[in-house]
Amino acid sequence: MKIKLTFWKVVFIVIMALGLYSSFIRYFRGLGAVSNMTDQFPWGLWIGFDCLCGVMLAAGGFCMVGAVYLFNVERLHSVVRPAVLTAFLGYILFIVGLLYDLGRPWYIWHQLIYMNPHSVMFEVGMCVMTYTTVLFFEFLPNVFERFNLQTPIRLIKKIYPVLIVLGILLSTLHQSSLGSLYLIMPSKLHPFWYTPALPFFFFASAVAVGLAMTIFESTQSAKAFGRHLELSVLVTLGGALLVALWVNALLRFEDYFRRGLIRQIFKPSYEAYFLWLELTLTFVIPITMLSFKKVRLSPQWLYLASICTVLGFITNRLNIALIGFETYVGHHYIPKWTEFSITLMIIAMGFALFGLAVKYLPIFPEARHPVQPRLRTETAPVLATPVLGHAGD
Amino acid sequence: MSKALLYDATMCIGCKQCESGCAQQNNLPYDDKVAAESVQSAHKYTVVMTKDDKFMRRLCMHCEKPACASVCPVGAFHKTKEGPVVYDVWKCIGCRYCMVACVFGQPKYEWQSLNPRVRKCIMCPDLIAAGKQTACAAICPTGATKFGERDDLISEAKDRIRQSPSTYLPRIYGLNEVGGTSVFILSSVNAEEYGYPASAKIGDTPMPEYTGRVMDRIPDFIPVWTLALGGIYWISHRRDEVAAAEAEERKQNGSGK
Repeated sequence: MKIKLTFWKVVFIVIMALGLYSSFIRYFRGLGAVSNMTDQFPWGLWIGFDCLCGVMLAAGGFCMVGAVYLFNVERLHSVVRPAVLTAFLGYILFIVGLLYDLGRPWYIWHQLIYMNPHSVMFEVGMCVMTYTTVLFFEFLPNVFERFNLQTPIRLIKKIYPVLIVLGILLSTLHQSSLGSLYLIMPSKLHPFWYTPALPFFFFASAVAVGLAMTIFESTQSAKAFGRHLELSVLVTLGGALLVALWVNALLRFEDYFRRGLIRQIFKPSYEAYFLWLELTLTFVIPITMLSFKKVRLSPQWLYLASICTVLGFITNRLNIALIGFETYVGHHYIPKWTEFSITLMIIAMGFALFGLAVKYLPIFPEARHPVQPRLRTETAPVLATPVLGHAGD
Repeated sequence: MSKALLYDATMCIGCKQCESGCAQQNNLPYDDKVAAESVQSAHKYTVVMTKDDKFMRRLCMHCEKPACASVCPVGAFHKTKEGPVVYDVWKCIGCRYCMVACVFGQPKYEWQSLNPRVRKCIMCPDLIAAGKQTACAAICPTGATKFGERDDLISEAKDRIRQSPSTYLPRIYGLNEVGGTSVFILSSVNAEEYGYPASAKIGDTPMPEYTGRVMDRIPDFIPVWTLALGGIYWISHRRDEVAAAEAEERKQNGSGK
């Protein structure tokens, strides 16, 4: 165990060191030196992964807040805090990613004074800024509880309904608007991914990924921190995920059918290969898995299905941001290693901060119903890095 | 009073005077090496391309409804009433949305700079304001690039096509593309062969409309969705309150009897 612990710590340190080196290149040599972005490919991995996927991966926050506080699904209560924490960290890291990608990040505040209300980017920016503030307030009770400050907790509880409604409203707006960003490129983005329905797809996929990420992160933390995890929570989330995946799949195929692309998507081509990969990971595998009751009742299988879903939708967004432009541009874009290393560093920071927060703040409730079947964490196949378990050691 | 440029490829002799005039006006380096570059870049706003014995010039089209201006989150681009689409560098945050949004791929970036700017032809707004013509039009020895009133240039282009229909393709590139531009191209070969986007592909719809259709709905969407969310919250919590109140009532009734 001790060797393994050191191993992951070494991995973490290596990632951070490479990331810091790349950061130096980014800020002292410029975007041209650190990335393979060009005039033909002005948006690369950082927009595709850090921004589009980052915001999607943080969708668990508004999904769980919506389920528990808006629809009063009381039994999901135990996952709200980790989901809000993930969302809060996700948005902070999204902003960190933006500071790397923007050519003149020191002017990011211009958004507040030179407003252009016609710009989708402006809307996304404002929503993200406001929503991160909302998430901060939703996260604050953890800190207040830790230090046992009753008065501020009462104050936050008073404004909680406003935070909840505002948070979901802002999430609806910017999750879908990330898709609207691409509406202005009908002649550039490949028809497999360009559709007037992009904002709807981005919102629908955010909900599915929000559910999948909640399954993933609660199972993962149960394993890493030895927490109790109620099976009923996972079963509810798994059922909801199956519904969300079906809705996504039907919307996607209805769109292909309406635009007369059904035959084309099955014909082998460069784009089709990536589309097949995406559709297999997002729909075929997880929907098939979740259709079996055995899978829906097993934490390990649910964990695998949620990972598959998340990977699938990441592929989807990378296809939209990168692969979908290659035919128009006429050449491939392969990110430079320094681009990867900065993205990796941001992900590693996310895991580490999550670990620290769980260690020092009351994110996970103490087992309130000890009679509930406990997740057998020893046998859960955990694939992702256990760095978070040892952060701050 | 909107100004425009008319480029007639059949009159162009490929002398690249417009390139050097442009570079001089915009304080860009220009030597034999730059002249040999056949693509636009942050230091080359316009380029004259050669194919067989024919020439074609590329530059910012100065759209009537520019995509770059509509997508910029800080409004760093705007279309002036004189015609040019200009760039306010001090506003720019460097998101490069203008570059991905432009159908003509005109905005270029200073990738090597630590404080990078977006660079493109801005149609010499200072010269136009002073009542002069653009640097490229002023320097052109054959009149292939002509500066003038937009309406006048359109009728002149139509006249040229009418007078020598065998010389020209029967169309003015830029007249209707993406809702019309302020740069018109007359040629005997399709502009598409030189890298211009196909008219059929980009269409006549102004680009801002694609996102505008969604953005216009947001002011209505916000109050409706807020009310809906508030309503759901109220109903689902009201149910709890009623249940709690009923339980309380039952308890009191029970103890009363």
